[in-house]
Amino acid sequence: MSTAAAPRTRPRAPKLARGPRLALTAAAIVAGVILPFFLDAGGGFIDDATLALAYVVMALGLNIIVGFAGLLDLGYVAFFAIGAYTMGYFGSLFHIEANGGEGIHVLVTGPAAELPGIHLNFLLIVVLAIIATTIAGMLIGLPTLRLRGDYIAIVTLAFGEIVGRIALNGDEITGFGTKLTNGRQGITPVDKIDLPFIEPFTSLNLRPWYWVAFVMVLLVLFVNFRLRDSRLGRAWIALREDEVAAVSMGVPAVKTKLLAYGTGAAFGGISGAFLGSYLNTVNADQFQFSFSIFILAMVILGGLGSIWGVVVGAIALSFINNRLIPDVLNEIPGNIGLDFDLTELSFGIFGFLLVIMMVLRPEGLIPERRRQIELSEGIEDLAVDEDEEPVVHATVP
Amino acid sequence: MAAASLPGTSAAPVRALRALLGKYGLILVLAIMPVAFGIHDLRTEGDLSRLGNNLLDGLSNGAIWALVAIGYTLVYGIIELINFAHGDVFMIGSFSAAGFFGTIGLTTAVGPAGLVIGLAVTLLVAMATCGTLNVMIERVAYRPLRGAPKLAPLITAVGFSFILQNVGLLWRGGSQQGIVDLIDSQEELFAAAGVSVTHGDALAIVVTIPLVLAMTTFIARSRLGKAMRATAQDPDAARLMGINVDTTISATFLIGGMLAGAAGLIYALYQTTVWYFQGFTAGLIAFTAAVMGGIGNIRGAVLGGLIIGVIQQTSDNRIGSQWTPAIVFAYLVLIMVFKPSGLLGEETREAG
Repeated sequence: MSTAAAPRTRPRAPKLARGPRLALTAAAIVAGVILPFFLDAGGGFIDDATLALAYVVMALGLNIIVGFAGLLDLGYVAFFAIGAYTMGYFGSLFHIEANGGEGIHVLVTGPAAELPGIHLNFLLIVVLAIIATTIAGMLIGLPTLRLRGDYIAIVTLAFGEIVGRIALNGDEITGFGTKLTNGRQGITPVDKIDLPFIEPFTSLNLRPWYWVAFVMVLLVLFVNFRLRDSRLGRAWIALREDEVAAVSMGVPAVKTKLLAYGTGAAFGGISGAFLGSYLNTVNADQFQFSFSIFILAMVILGGLGSIWGVVVGAIALSFINNRLIPDVLNEIPGNIGLDFDLTELSFGIFGFLLVIMMVLRPEGLIPERRRQIELSEGIEDLAVDEDEEPVVHATVP
Repeated sequence: MAAASLPGTSAAPVRALRALLGKYGLILVLAIMPVAFGIHDLRTEGDLSRLGNNLLDGLSNGAIWALVAIGYTLVYGIIELINFAHGDVFMIGSFSAAGFFGTIGLTTAVGPAGLVIGLAVTLLVAMATCGTLNVMIERVAYRPLRGAPKLAPLITAVGFSFILQNVGLLWRGGSQQGIVDLIDSQEELFAAAGVSVTHGDALAIVVTIPLVLAMTTFIARSRLGKAMRATAQDPDAARLMGINVDTTISATFLIGGMLAGAAGLIYALYQTTVWYFQGFTAGLIAFTAAVMGGIGNIRGAVLGGLIIGVIQQTSDNRIGSQWTPAIVFAYLVLIMVFKPSGLLGEETREAG
């Protein structure tokens, strides 16, 4: 190709060697682990940090669906809802009549062991949430398989709204002696996390919550990296780039897409179960369309398909939403003589961010290398890079 | 082919049945609700007036959705983008209409003639506002991204939807707001066979029909309309033929926005409440309508709008309005899965 001889215009970020990269990762992990010791154990900052970590898990899940596989999912909130309701069903007083009012307890200690209702160990609930959301993700994915990009967005949005509506009006649906959900009232209180060999968590000391969230993020990050570099990850990226080409090279489109939905959904479920317990309520008002956009904005801000970018995007938006807007910027409208509450406008601000990012820097804060190449130079120069990036080849033997 | 020619096999009738289902299956699914409720009414009440009222309310509501749906369908036909912000443009239409007749002090006291003139001016204002707004959105959020991956403009559309919602929130606050009932919307105009036609119904139908007719004539006959159809078919070829594609796309957004503005005014008068969040649901309902009719197809959008209106009213009346969105979305998913080309067939590049 003639362009191969053309001079490079794109400044390339230097890629660190393996040693320094490992050291940097280790340092980041250590910093993350010891961070709570510098914070007030019951304070606002550690609360925000824990929430941010839970959002990172969700954003990484959505990144698999939207970033890797290129399926725009506007109904991600459905998986948050399903994960959270799994927590509510199996870790609260919700099924108060269960076992004749005696309650069912599996591997629980502490106060929950005495209460009526179904109470399972948190780890079991996480497993259940993963199963439930994976199935839900695949079910939602099924009808979208034959559809083209923007129709997928609408169908997932519709599913998200249907799940939200069912959560909202579920108190009208009864069966087996219980209601389906508690609607706006919410299921509350929800059991605190109860891990083996550790004292049950309390809402006064948030450090253990933070560490659980941190471990979740590490696990999810590990899974994400391994998946991205696996055959499945390459298949996702191949489908995203050119479905026809990928299929004709032997990538099974149905299976690959469904696995993207399932995996992405499972992360949402894990985080949903955690948030159900952490926020101590499973409430229908949490599960609105705007939440899907909130998570999507994190992925876009960080860079579609870029794992580190998504982590940064999630932490940044979470802090903007929970700290910057309500605590820092909220004074501004009042100071310049305007009468409104800036927190009301947070989603307008996110919308603005989405537009600005897409128009000015569509590749995100920390772009995925492959996407950056496409956006800045077009496809033709890709031929030059192929020898340097063996990871993104979509070859299937 | 070979199987069909063999005697004694059931392949031919099965295939015929399949073809029939493929062709009329969607109509069958759509007919289930009215037929079931019709039978139910006949058995319990002995007449069909309740169903008739549902249908009429549905049609007049559907006229509003049809106007919004045309905006979706036009834009999708020409640049293959789901203009997510369109529902919120419709909301801004309601707000600007309500704001305008509030400001000029239009009340029922001015008499019928004054009211008609006032409302006509308001209609023009709402249409102009929304048309301009839609063109501006296209200029700011979609045009820079032409040629970018298809996800990009969809995401900016979602972003603009949120921005407009927040504009609405700042404008009129977070709760549903009642506005002056200028036309005695629920007053009965006349009744026929137990079905009462209200002022609101009449207004929706009287405003919608000429608008839709004018617009279809414009697209079929005018030079710009021809340019729009050419661009929808093949933008590159259109450009080679000397059509200014950018102007044509702007014109499409202008027309879509104007119709959304008209719909906004009718909605405000009909419902006598406005709400910053009305655009979100309306947008999804109208999009469902556009897909149901076959996206890119203007007649389809009108038909889909009317059908969705009927579904929505019937569900509001029989099942409970809190479930209506879920039911409309369930229809949307069903259509997407079984007949993504809609009732009248798509008229887009990808479908062709």
